[in-house]
Parts: sequence; C-alpha cells; structure tokens
Amino acid sequence: MASTSNEKMKALIVDDETLIRKMHSKLLQIAGFDTQEALNGKEAVDLCSSGAVFDIIFMDLVMPVMKGPQATRLLREMKVACKIIGVTGQTEADEIKEFREAGLDECLEKPLTHAKISSIIEGLKNTQT
Amino acid sequence: MDVNQLQKRFIDYTTTLVQEGFLDDQFNQLQQLQDESNPDFVFEVVSVFFQDTDRLLNELGKTLELQNVDFKKVDAHVHQLKGSSSSIGAQKVRNVCIAFRNCCEEQNIEGSLRCLQQVKHEYSLVKNKLEYLFSLEQQILAAGGSIPTWNE
Repeated sequence: MASTSNEKMKALIVDDETLIRKMHSKLLQIAGFDTQEALNGKEAVDLCSSGAVFDIIFMDLVMPVMKGPQATRLLREMKVACKIIGVTGQTEADEIKEFREAGLDECLEKPLTHAKISSIIEGLKNTQT
Repeated sequence: MDVNQLQKRFIDYTTTLVQEGFLDDQFNQLQQLQDESNPDFVFEVVSVFFQDTDRLLNELGKTLELQNVDFKKVDAHVHQLKGSSSSIGAQKVRNVCIAFRNCCEEQNIEGSLRCLQQVKHEYSLVKNKLEYLFSLEQQILAAGGSIPTWNE
C-alpha cells in the first residue's frame, strides 16, 4: 500500500492526451487522491522502477513509445501489485482482451466519470482502513 | 446586466446547446469538475480541445490529399478526435467521427472527404457557441459572481 490511512491515496494517470490527463487528474483529486501523470507506458514503468509507489494506476491503451498492455505486463513482472485500471476508447474486443490479460484489475471506457470509478475508490478505501 | 441576469443567461444558453444536441451530459460532468479553487477549469480543458482539433483537422486534410491515402493514419486521427469530442461532450462532432471511421474502414476516399467537411462544419459551430459561453463566464467572474452548474 502506497499510503497509510492518514495520508491521501496516490493515483498515477498514464495517457498521451493532455485533455484526458487534465480531466482524470481533476476527477481523482476531487475524490481525494494525490495524482501524478505519465505521458506513455514507458514513463509509468520508469517511475515505478525508480521507486514510486501508487495505490492505483489508470492506464490508457493506445499510446506512443509504449502501449498500455506492454506497460501493464512489465509492471506486473516487476511485482507492482496495486490496482491497474485500463482506460480505453471504444476499441476492438480482441485488443481489450489482450489488455485485460496483461494484468488489469478492470477496464473502463473513456472518459472516466465519478459514477464509473466510485465503486473502485470505495473498494480501495475499505482495504486501506 | 447584473450578475443574476448573467448567470441566468449562462444557464439558458447551456440548456439550449444541450437541447439542440451540440453538447451532451458529458459537458455537465466537465462543469462539475470546476470549483472555486479552479474557476477556469472548463475553459482550460476546452482550450486544449480546440488546439488538438485544429491540429488534427489540419493533419487529416493533408493526409487525405495524398495520392495513396494511408487510411490507418486517418483512422488514428479520427479515433483521437472522437475521444476528445466525447470527453468534452461535443456530441455532433463525435457523431460525425463515428461515420468518418466507417468510411476509413471501407477505404472510401469520397466519403472521408465529405466527413472531413462535415466535421469541420460541426466543429466551427460548437467552437463559436462555446466561445460565447466563455465570454459569458468571464463577464460573470468579472462581476464577482460564480459560474452556475447546469443540471438536466
């Protein structure tokens, strides 16, 4: 666990689009998270391998440099055990299946809203206390 | 005009944009992310949408002009535009993107060019309307008021 019950939980938003990072960061900040951003899968892997720890990672599918499935697979190989939530545009079922199998806990459709993430956040808060 | 009248005009105008189908509920979701600590949030996000869309439409125009059209590239641009327009709730732009992607799948050049014209048209309409909404926002803030949230 990245944070104790007195601290804010930490979320990493991995997406190449500024608009999505801005919206998702704000949504999670309102939900009580400290947020950090990565522009592609490789940045997320580099952050975690340099010791950054998160309670939850929101991972885009299609990104330059390194896509979501490869980054998720590498993070799981590095024993990153936090929740990793895939966030996708409407994409082919095969691609989503591959993404899930790379080690996602869940996969949600963009854009995230409070209603879409509330049960995940509640689950996280319950495991923390 | 006093603050109350400006706020009423803001709500009425937003409601009209939703009724006419230019915006959908996602715009409301976006407005709910804006608070007093960040009163320009919607404007900031929509400005990013304008920048991205100007760039994508320019790229699409260039890509579709080439002798051998790379439909994979066209589809990737349209996919991105569809994602960003859904994220801010620009419903009519998003709907044209859906038709545009079908043309890409069929490798239909004429259809793609027609969709590009339609998407440019819808984008310029919603851009003008959002710019008017932001000018109302600025007047409300300058008059010391807060931005009301539209609810369906």
